[in-house]
Order: sequence, then structure tokens, then C-alpha cells
Amino acid sequence: MSSYGAEAKPRMGFFTDTSVCIGCKACEVACKEWNLLPADGLEWTGHSYDNTGELSANSWRHVAFIEQDKPLRIDGDFATADGTMAVDALEGGGAAPMRWLMESDVCKHCTHAGCLDVCPTGSLFRTEFGTVVVQEDICNGCGYCVPACPFGVIDRRELPRKPEDAPLALPLLGSKEDGRVWKCTLCYDRLKGGHEPACAKACPTHSIQFGEVDELRERAEQRLAKLEAQNWNGPRLYGHDADDGVGGFGAFFLLLDEPEVYGLPPDPVVPTQHLPRLWKTTALAAAVMFAGIAAAFAGGAE
Amino acid sequence: MPGLGTSLGRGGATDYQQDLMNADCIVIMGSNMAENHPVGFQWVMEARERGAEVIHVDPRFTRTSAMATKFVGIRAGSDIAFLGGIVNYIFGHEAWFDEYVKAYTNAPVIIGERFLDTEDLDGLFSGWDPALKKYDPETWQYEGMEVKSEAGSPPKGEQAGHGGAGAGMEGGEPPAEDETLQHERCVFQILKRHFARYTPELVADACGCTAEEFLYVAQKLCENSGREKTGSIAYAVGWTQHTVGVQIIRTAAIIQLLLGNIGRPGGGIVALRGHASIQGSTDIPTLSNTLPGYMQMPHVEDPRDLAEWIDRYKAPTGWWGKLDTFMVSLLKAWWGPAATKENDFAFSYLPRIDDDNSAYWTTEQMLEGKVKGYILVGENPAVGSANGRAQRLGMAKLDWLVVRDLVEIESAAFWYDSPEIESGELKAEEIGTEVFFLPAASHVEKDGSFTNTQRLLQWHFRAVEPKHDCRSDLWFYYHLGRILRERRKDSKDPKDRPLLDLTWSYPTAGEQEDPSADAVLAEINGHDDSGQPLGAYKELKGDGSTACGCWIYCGVFAEGINQAARKKPHWEQRYAAPDWGWAWPANRRMLYNRASADPAGNPWSKRKELVWWDPKEQKWTGHDVPDFDEQTPPDYVPPDGAEGPDAIAGNHPFIMQADGRGWLFVPQGLQDGPLPAHYEPHESPVGNPLYRQRANPALHTWKDEDPYSAPESEEFPYVVTTYRLTEHHTAGGMSRFLPYLAELQPQMFVEVHPALARARGLTHGGWATVMTPRSAIEGRVMVTNRMRPVRIRGKLVHQVGLPYHWGQRGLTTGGAANDLAHMAVDPNVHIEEVKAFTCDIWPGRRPRGAKLAQLITDLRVRAQQP
Repeated sequence: MSSYGAEAKPRMGFFTDTSVCIGCKACEVACKEWNLLPADGLEWTGHSYDNTGELSANSWRHVAFIEQDKPLRIDGDFATADGTMAVDALEGGGAAPMRWLMESDVCKHCTHAGCLDVCPTGSLFRTEFGTVVVQEDICNGCGYCVPACPFGVIDRRELPRKPEDAPLALPLLGSKEDGRVWKCTLCYDRLKGGHEPACAKACPTHSIQFGEVDELRERAEQRLAKLEAQNWNGPRLYGHDADDGVGGFGAFFLLLDEPEVYGLPPDPVVPTQHLPRLWKTTALAAAVMFAGIAAAFAGGAE
Repeated sequence: MPGLGTSLGRGGATDYQQDLMNADCIVIMGSNMAENHPVGFQWVMEARERGAEVIHVDPRFTRTSAMATKFVGIRAGSDIAFLGGIVNYIFGHEAWFDEYVKAYTNAPVIIGERFLDTEDLDGLFSGWDPALKKYDPETWQYEGMEVKSEAGSPPKGEQAGHGGAGAGMEGGEPPAEDETLQHERCVFQILKRHFARYTPELVADACGCTAEEFLYVAQKLCENSGREKTGSIAYAVGWTQHTVGVQIIRTAAIIQLLLGNIGRPGGGIVALRGHASIQGSTDIPTLSNTLPGYMQMPHVEDPRDLAEWIDRYKAPTGWWGKLDTFMVSLLKAWWGPAATKENDFAFSYLPRIDDDNSAYWTTEQMLEGKVKGYILVGENPAVGSANGRAQRLGMAKLDWLVVRDLVEIESAAFWYDSPEIESGELKAEEIGTEVFFLPAASHVEKDGSFTNTQRLLQWHFRAVEPKHDCRSDLWFYYHLGRILRERRKDSKDPKDRPLLDLTWSYPTAGEQEDPSADAVLAEINGHDDSGQPLGAYKELKGDGSTACGCWIYCGVFAEGINQAARKKPHWEQRYAAPDWGWAWPANRRMLYNRASADPAGNPWSKRKELVWWDPKEQKWTGHDVPDFDEQTPPDYVPPDGAEGPDAIAGNHPFIMQADGRGWLFVPQGLQDGPLPAHYEPHESPVGNPLYRQRANPALHTWKDEDPYSAPESEEFPYVVTTYRLTEHHTAGGMSRFLPYLAELQPQMFVEVHPALARARGLTHGGWATVMTPRSAIEGRVMVTNRMRPVRIRGKLVHQVGLPYHWGQRGLTTGGAANDLAHMAVDPNVHIEEVKAFTCDIWPGRRPRGAKLAQLITDLRVRAQQP
């Protein structure tokens, strides 16, 4: 980021607080509208109210819905009833404990971003806001970044080929109809204009909070402390730790259960983290080899 | 909204949604606010963050329940039993706000001795006429008062009790009162006896929750009410869409009046209305029986003479005593110079109603072939109205049908694409209806205002010109009127005078000659005889010197400025944000806010102050515009013979009521009783645990094409309830056709509890067919614990959940839940009971083609069996 010099801005990101998410999906729609994303198919999944399924080239926000037989608060009176007195309506009792978790997922804008590290064209770059963005006019669709993301966020846009398409008829640069990769830009264009990202703007309950990452981290700490004091069941921060496998997220979360419950990896590691060690080993191996060769020559000369 | 109208004086939410954040307890019932009012719900979340108790009582665990601090599951259609239990709890625990109740409600008033309660008559009130199937309210009156003579037909539809509340009352102060609340016939004691059997055990038995769950709600609401604290109740169509809908809302009003929560910060009843401008569509009505500002439409049997008509309908006391000024100003707005004192201000130009004329009545008339033409604007009855099949069969008997909508909705396409075409019941070539589809402009393609759920008018500006043949509503009506007038311009026929004399000149602009929405708003606001815009409704005159298109909107164009277009953000102004938009009446954000001060005019507490009497300035002041005459001191006592607003004492906050008080007991204005009583839904799998009278005696049913299942039917054993999802909009015209919304909920589904799935062999993700005597539809099965069975008097009752957005058209299609619903309606407002009826459910897809018609015939036979 220092490469921006005087033009560098404070690092911007999201704090997504799932304890106030009402699952309205306004973030999904606002994102698609602002970024002109294609619709993603009319498939009914049966996974509660989630018919988006996952983040993809065409869905940059995804709201997960998880129905659980757990109370929202462990001391009893939150949301349903207390966990120990669980009775079921079938036995003529009241409501059994239940909670319905909702979480709006998004690109994490990692501190150490695997996608960016492996991009051979320089299409992926870090902006002056510290976010990670694909430049659509440079991406050549090689797809190296796809397996480099520990979250499965970045994705190639697969467009169904129609019979009338001529072979190799993929339109050229500037058009969206190709196999390039796409993901959340944290609304780079809106940030440039001094606006907050479309999803945060549309969120009615401030579940998606946009701001300077440092400030958001403080806010998240306070929020966590408050929920813990209120005996919420399982609140935790995810992606908040600058020492984790990706160096902390630019877009991090307050969750109410294990990350796996939401379909998130529990301990994400940027694959390129091992590169220095790999290179070191490689260099050592090379050095040994060269030393051997040199020794062989030296020996031969004798 | 006569539930609120008769109780409090106006048919609108008493509070604004932002104020919910000041509540100490919020009970959401009959509403799925998080899903259907997600933007307003942010203030509920804010209240929760500030430590408020947020309680959701509902048949289903919804996204609202997920956010609540407490969820209580009940049986659909048992709301009055639950709320009545709270009333009983208030009495049993002496939890009422004594000073408030004594001063601001009609609790001390003594009722005539001939009144008999449902406790006396096993579910009926006195005055029931079994032959006519209606009540005569004569015995419900305050002692010493008579029912004011009414027109041949009682008010029907939305206007019943809307504003005319109190129209039957003579004089401001009731003749007989007992300030100690001890007299056995005072309202307080009547109410206490009436709800005495609504015990926690009864609630548990009728609603299917536990007594403990019920008690939790009652206790929290009572604890968080009083001098220092306030509780709010939010409801939506989960309460209105019942055959007892108005009385459910009445019960909430009784609770809030007893607890002293009306007119105070964080208190009140928030009526959440479902569309962007549904409040506006009753203020300036799209209803058959009201005129703008909740005045009633003259009836054929009413007096012909304006003065006589006014005399019949005005209230001697309270603001409805000014009916002459509202009505004459309206006539002047519509007919301008042609409305003169000599011709009774063209009163005879107003059309007169002669029958019900509401939506379902019209459907029945259509089925009988009595309706020639029908214009649908923003309505999709083939999907959105109860008994969609009857709606479509009815429309197939019209001569012509005009549909103005954004897309070709089911109601425009029924003649070639509908379940009846598929089954062979209807054949396109045999339908005589000529259908005209007129594409409409969307809200971003036109100027105009929305009046939202909290009576707030917010202006929107045209961003782009409508494309192709799309036109604004204003364009359509203005040019339709212009052309009709043009055609008749040489007519000498007196029946053309109302059309030709209309004030019909509005500036037009642009290629499409769209009329100016500002000019229309200015006309609604009104002006004096020199053309100056009026500033407030108290400036209106009954002598023809003022014109005003809707008295409650008077002031929206004060000083010639479009007040609805003001957009100053709340963080740049004071508490109530009075400079954002404009709220009727008189930009008051909270109704009845005089009640936020005690009888002497001081705030009940510092924490809950809103408006108060300033003795130095000798006027009412505070954080909101006072809903009271600014100069009337708290100790004002009306002189004998005072009329209109002058007859309201300085300590009576409900200025629309003839006696200035909130009505716990409604002596006049409702068709089904002065007090709410628990009745079972028209279709119910269980009997009434309280009275021999099972369902609302005054509910209205129809004879054609609307069969019902027998009470406690074994053939249709499950309760079914319909609802909306955040992702779609009502009948789907604005969402199923849009890829971004359609993909979020791409298929019709049926929600059932795992136990019901086991009992009927339903598999998650598979198909199910849901059946009622009206029709059968299919959907994908969603097995979920969010749907809850309930145990009612030992009997396990399952509930089936159906979103109602789907139909034949659009990007995502599916069975229309309303095809299953019946058209039996509430007697006051004629709203259908789509929130609680009965069904059967089986795995698999529904029969196709002629087999569907055969199935429907079989279902009708099964409906007869108990």
C-alpha cells in the first residue's frame, strides 16, 4: 500500500455483524444492481431461505440461512426459551428453542490475498483503499486465482454456450461475455466517488458496516463484549485477527456459531504463505545441487 | 381501519416507526415486520439494542421471530383469545394506568341498563337480529343517550367508524359517569367482567402456547408501561385478514388505553400497511364508499339537501363537528365556480351508493353476470384476491376489462393462461371479455407522493421519461377525463353537468403531456377565495370561501411549497424530524400526543416527555406538533351548548371523538359488537372454547363459487395461513418478472412441520398438493421446525404455511395460494380471511387438465362432511 505514497487512503472494509442481520437480501440485490451482475439462475435449493447458495462470479454477496435447535441466548429468555427446559409443541408444550442464523457473506479482501499473489497478468491489484480488485480489461481468464482463494470466493464467469455461437466466438476485451474472474470490488468505483459500497448502503439494520478497518475492529471488539455480557449463545469474531493465515480480513464478521456452520473455513491460510519457505528450500536445493556440480567439476579437474 | 378509528378517532397508526426505538417493550403480533417492513424494522432493532424487550407472537417462526427477544407460537386465528388474556391480566394484576384511564378513556362512563354482554348471551351481544344477521346498536349506548339516527344503510367498508366515530353522540360529556370506576355498569366494570374468563389456562387452550409463555408476554408488557415506561404494539395484515380483524385491533387498542400507552413516546399502535401508499389509498380513497378524508359517500336514501345531510352525519362535538367545512371545501375543490351556495355547492353532483360495492361483492356480481366492465389498476385479483378461481370465472363474464400495470399480469392474461383454461373449465374462444392492457409508468418515471404506513407523505421525482406506451396514472386519468369532457361538451343533458363542471385544468409538460403532480397536490391542499394556499384544516370554511381536495391533507402545500418534498435528514434536525416530508394531520408525527402529558398538562415523566402546556406562553409546545388546539389550556371546561372542537375539554386528548376520550367500549360504529370476543375463524378445526356462538355472527359469506369446509371438518383438518416473503411483492407483478428478485425465491413452496411431513408422507424438496373446497395447488415441500403444531384442548392441530406470491406468469411460476382461500369477510371492512382457514395436504403434484376440475368437484363434496 505504501506504493501509493501520498495517495494512499486508510484501509477500508466491512464489519458484518450477523447478530442484527434480518436476512432481507437487500445487499445481494443492491450489489447486483450497482455492479450490473447477471442473474444466477432460478434454482430452488430447499436450504432454508437461501437460494443463492454461494458466492460466485455473479453473486458477490450471499446471505446464508441456518435453522438451529438452539437458543439465541443461554440464560433463557432470548428468542425462544431456555435450552434446558426444551419442550416440544407435539407434547403440548411451548416453543422449543430455535434460532435462525443469517449471515451476509462477501469477499474477505485479505491482508495477504492469494488471488492477488498468483495473478500472472497484474489484473488483480491492491487499491489505495487496501482492497483487492480485478481489473476486467486485463484479466485473461487464466483462472490461477480461483484455487488460490482459501474461501472459494473468486470465480470464473461461465456463460452457457449457445448453438449459434461460432467456435472461439468469445467477445473480446471490454465485453463481459467471457470466462474472466469476478468478485466483490468493495464497490471501488463508489469509493472513488466518496460513497459507501452498495450493500452497506442498502442494509437496513447496519448488519453490514463499512468503514476504516482499524475503527471497525475496535467496534467489533465492543460489540462482541456486549453480546458476551448479554449471554448470547456463541458469539465470536471471524477474520478479525491480524495474525491469522491470511493476515486478517479487510471484511470480517461477527458470527454466532463455528465458521463451518456458515460454510466458512475455520482456519483459512493463504496458499502463497508457504512460498517463501518453498523458495528457500528450492534455493537451498539448488545451492546444494550447484555445490555438488561444482564439486564434481572441481573433483574432475584434479 | 375502524378498529383504530372507533377506539381512538382516526384510522391510522398512532405512532411513527422511528419512535419505536423509544419503546421499552415492543409486541409484534399479526405482523412479520422484519420480512415485510425491513426498513422500518431497523427501529425495532435499535430498541432491542437499547435494551427493549421485543416479543413476537405468531403462528410461524419467521425472520421477525429470529430477531425477537421472545417468540411465542400460537394457532392462526386465536389472537383475540391471547389479547383478551392480556386485558384480563391487567385487571387481575391492577396493572392499568389509573390516572390515564380515568381521565383519557371512557372507562368511567355508564352504559344503558339494557346492554347485555357475550357473557350473558353465550357469545352474542344484545341487539342481535338473527333474521337480518346484524346488530342494532341501540342497547350499546351511553346511559342517557340515544343512537343518532342513521341513513338507511349503515356505513360499510373502510369508512365504517373511520372518522364518523362518535357521530352518534350528543354532547361532549357523557351524561352518566362514575369517576371511582365502581358502578357495575360503567365501562371499566363491564370490560372487567367481559374478559374475566380469558385466563392464562384458557389462552393456552385456545392458542396452543403454554400459560407460562402467555404470562411472560403479559408481564413484560405491563412492566414496561406506566409513567416512566411505554410499550408499543405493531400489527399488519396478520390481524386484519380475519373475519374478526377489526375486533383484534380493537383488543390491542383496549390494552394500550388501559396501560396508558397511546399518544406517548415509544407507545402506541403501529399499523403497518403493506404497500408504498396503501395509507394514501384510503386517505384519498380508492374505496367505493368513502370520500377524501374519510367522509362517507352519500347513500341513495340519504337526504338530498346538503344541510340536512351534514346535520345527519356531523358529530355535535369533537372535530367531526366541522364536517360542513370539510365537505363544502371538497365540493369547491371539485366543481369550483359551479359549486355555489344556491345549488348547495353542487352536492347533488356526487354519485350515491346503493349497495355494498366492495371488492368481493363485486366479484359475486360478476359471477352473476351483472357487471359489464372492470378497470384494474395496481391490482391482480387472479393472484392477490381470495378464491382466485372465482375471481377469474367472474372476469370471464365481463364485457370488457382494462388492466393498467407494469407487466401483463395474470389478471390480464387469465383468458388464455389460467388453471381454468388448463382444466378446460374456460375456453378462450368462448370468453366474451374484451381485455385492454395499458402499460403503466413506474414510480421512477413520474412525479408524485407516497403516503406511508405512518401517514407520512414523501415526494418522489421523475428520474426518466416512461418508455413506449407506458404512462403515469395521472396521465391516464387526466386525459381520460379530458376526452370524456370533450365528447360531451355540447351536451344539454343535466346528467353530464358533474362531468362538464369539474375543475379539470392542470398544466401539462413534456412530450407526453403529463399533468403536473404538484398542481394536483396544491388542489388537494386547497386555497382560499383569493387563491392563496391554505395552511391548516382549521382554516376551512363551510360558506364556500375555501376549497380543499382532502381536509386531512390541508397544509401539505402550505405557503405554496410542496411540504412533502422536504428532505432534510433527521440528523440535521430535532427529534421528531418534522422537516422530512409531511405527515397528516398538520404534520403531527404522533397522534393524540396531548396524552403524553398528564391532565394538568405536564409530562407524565421526564423520560417520556413529548408535548406539554407552557403556562408562560399559554400554549402547547414540545418535540412534536401538538395534536390539540394550541391555545386550549388543560383546565378548559367547555361551556354548556359548546359545539364541535370547542366542546372538547382541555384534558381530553382524543379530539376526533365526540367526548374527546379513547373508547374502551365502542357504543357505535362497529357491526359486530362494542367489545371484542374470541370467535373461531369461519373455517376452523376446533370449536369455540368460550361461547356457543362459534364464529363471528355478523361475518359475511357469499353464495356463488365459494364453498366452505364444515366446522371441525375431518376432511380438512389442518390450519393454513398465507403470507409474504421479503423477496417478493404481494401478487408478484413487481417481483416475479424481475430476475434479481425472482432468483431469490424461485419457486412456490409449502412449509410444514416434520411431524406433519411424517404423517402425510411428505419429503423435503419433493412436491405436495394442498387442497380446500375451492381448489388444489402444488408446491415444493419445505419441512421445517419454523412451522409449529399446537395442541388445542388436547387435539394436535398442524399448521401449513403458504407464501401467496405465485401465479401463472413471470420468470418464476407456481400455484397461487389464494386459489385455496375463501371469500368470507369481516362485517366492518369486508376483508377476507386468508390468514386462517383449513386444508388437506398430500404428497405429489396436483392433477392436470380435466382431472383438476374433477378433483375440485370431489373436494366440494368432501367439504359438506363434518
